[in-house]
Amino acid sequence: MTQKTFDPLPNRNRRRWLIDSGCLAAAALIGLTRKSQAASGKIRVGMTPAFLHDQHILLDEWRDYMAASLQRPVEFVQRDSYRETMDLLRLEKLEFAWICDYPFLHLKQEVRLLAVPLYKGRPYYSSYLIVRKDNTQVRSIADLAGSVFAYADPYSNTGYLSPRYQIRQTGRGPATFFRKTFFTWSHRKVVEAVASGLAHGGAVDSYIWDTLAHVEPALAARTRVVLRSADYGFPPFVSHHSVAADQFQLMQRHLLDMSRNAAGRRLLEHMYLDGFIVGSPSLYDGVAHMMRAFGET
Amino acid sequence: MRWLFNLSFRHKIPLWTSFLIGFSILVVGAALMTRAYEDMKNAVVISADNLAHTLANTVAPTLLHDDVWRTFEIVRSPIRGESAKTPVQVDAVVVLTREHKVFVSSDPETLPMLSEAATLGPDWERLTENLRTPAGIKWPLVLEPAGSSYLYVALPITDKDAQLGHLVLRYAKSVFHPWFIDTLWQAFGIGLLVLAVLIPINWYWGGRMAKPLVDLAQRMGMMLEKVPEPLPPDVYPYHDELGQLFQAYDRMILALRDKAALENEMVKSERLAAIGQLTAGIAHEINNPLAGLITVVDTLKLRRDLDPRVLRGLELIDRGLTQIRDTVAALLVQTRVQARPLNQHDLEDIHTLIQPQVGARRIRLDWSAAMPAELPAPAGLVRQILINLLLNAVQAAAEGGHVSLWLGRKDDAESCLTMIVRNDGALLGDEQLAHPFEPFASTRAGGHGLGLWVTYQIVTQLEGRIAARNIDGEVEFVVNLPLGETPCSTALP
Repeated sequence: MTQKTFDPLPNRNRRRWLIDSGCLAAAALIGLTRKSQAASGKIRVGMTPAFLHDQHILLDEWRDYMAASLQRPVEFVQRDSYRETMDLLRLEKLEFAWICDYPFLHLKQEVRLLAVPLYKGRPYYSSYLIVRKDNTQVRSIADLAGSVFAYADPYSNTGYLSPRYQIRQTGRGPATFFRKTFFTWSHRKVVEAVASGLAHGGAVDSYIWDTLAHVEPALAARTRVVLRSADYGFPPFVSHHSVAADQFQLMQRHLLDMSRNAAGRRLLEHMYLDGFIVGSPSLYDGVAHMMRAFGET
Repeated sequence: MRWLFNLSFRHKIPLWTSFLIGFSILVVGAALMTRAYEDMKNAVVISADNLAHTLANTVAPTLLHDDVWRTFEIVRSPIRGESAKTPVQVDAVVVLTREHKVFVSSDPETLPMLSEAATLGPDWERLTENLRTPAGIKWPLVLEPAGSSYLYVALPITDKDAQLGHLVLRYAKSVFHPWFIDTLWQAFGIGLLVLAVLIPINWYWGGRMAKPLVDLAQRMGMMLEKVPEPLPPDVYPYHDELGQLFQAYDRMILALRDKAALENEMVKSERLAAIGQLTAGIAHEINNPLAGLITVVDTLKLRRDLDPRVLRGLELIDRGLTQIRDTVAALLVQTRVQARPLNQHDLEDIHTLIQPQVGARRIRLDWSAAMPAELPAPAGLVRQILINLLLNAVQAAAEGGHVSLWLGRKDDAESCLTMIVRNDGALLGDEQLAHPFEPFASTRAGGHGLGLWVTYQIVTQLEGRIAARNIDGEVEFVVNLPLGETPCSTALP
């Protein structure tokens, strides 16, 4: 969490960028599917959406850094939900993407695991069940039966799949467990929805909530973490299958090397990450298990 | 209450006008403030109408898609923090479903989603009643429930022809009350400012108008005791009814003064005339036996065989009788003598005659006599008048003092000869001013006080006027003598 020097962006906004895009962060797709694209040499990287204008500045920094490292032009593509980024991957309009673990499993036929970020030194994160600070009765998700609940995104693991799985574990059906549920399309907004009292409870990415507790303590302090789920593999960078092997390796090398140079470390610092590892698809077996429980393959 | 109307005009005029000014400001202020309040409410409703239309249109698609979070973001967007409290600042936005349940509200804590609107309090109960019977409703529906601190504006949310629900805006009147109070204070401040300017002007003006009235009333009150003073000339220099009243009063005072002066003079003249008759009578009664006594004494003194002691006694009696004769002679003024007219030599004689006295007392004498060769005035009597007045002045003046004579025809009045004699001696006291010419009234040691009495007698018998006064620190005697048949005016200007 050292944030001493990082270009013109104020810390707070930099962090917000991270939170907004963070876990939900888009899947990176490798694969130059179109000859024209390959010819132009531009690499398109999918990012999850966050539309604070200062976020663009931070993304620009990263993009410039990436372009300089790969010696190729880089384009970051942002969309409003996981679904859209996943569609772009399927349509081969992205070569790389930073996506959540749940979409990764959905797309496992089309993408390869490129790299996994290290958070607090480990490639794991979890799902937090949160309620308002003044709500002291709730001890488990079972206590929220019949309430209004906020999910992050239908393709989010920690913000949708994991809490539903926990409900299922209690023997109830997640479809009827709550009186009303809705999506906020962002983890940060789940925290807002719970803090404002709109929802009685919500499920949120641990990486986002922890970071929020540091960078926007007033907001995070209005919520309380009731339950921490098991560890899941951290949202990975992926590449499309169509991406050539040399391009795949170049990009992988770039990500793995980020923690080895000052500019890369500085960017990682501002994303509250420690670096990247190659990772193994088995990291996501827990998610696959939950998906199977819901009849998804 | 009556004491209020008994107050002096000096207080009553400013008090009443101040009261009227204050009352007017209050009434006008109240009218303006009422209007301002209505205007503000209208502004709130107009602003609410615009906002409600915008929000209703924006919210419709999210409502169709049951997108709670987007709707929440939309309804929360017009809500500002505490710092932006203006009367047109919306307090809460609520989206109601067709079933009048809260779909989402900008304030989920007090207006939680899914709750029945009618259970949210009496205001909402009334509001839903209104919304349930939409026939004849003029949108937007503006509801200001009695006893409530909120104003509600509601509008239906429609998609094409289908009604999806209602949008309700809530405005806190507690926000526009302070704003209204602010305006009220501002108006109050301006009112005070106007009062601060008007009240002093009004007190000055009222006091200025009342002061001559008060003076007039005081003077009129004193009228029975004495003739009051006229009003100061600049006290009210205008010609309205008040000015005319004061002018009339001044004219009346002048007339009264003239009358009083005339009466005073008449009383004096009658008194002096009575004294004159009395003294003349006494003088006649004394003169007859006195003449006999003097003759007897003279005869006795001629005898040579008288004892020296008897002779001394006779001489004593003789001097006494002579003194009595002189005194009585002075009391008996004879003017009915045929006399020659006054000429310049007479004046030169007078000047010469008083020189020894003037020299002895080292008096500075101013002599100003505009005298033609001859005037039709009895020379002997004028000489006596002048000598009397001048010697009196020389005696009265301080050692080394100043005496002046002015003789001529004042203001070119052909028919009157004026003589003015002044000295710088002790001024006349009140008693002396009241009766300057009465016999034996002299305050000077050695004088019998007959000089001025005789002068008065002479002037009166010549049908002239004589007066005495203190002027410019000197004592002045003025004599006016008629040169023809026309009588002269009063001796004093």
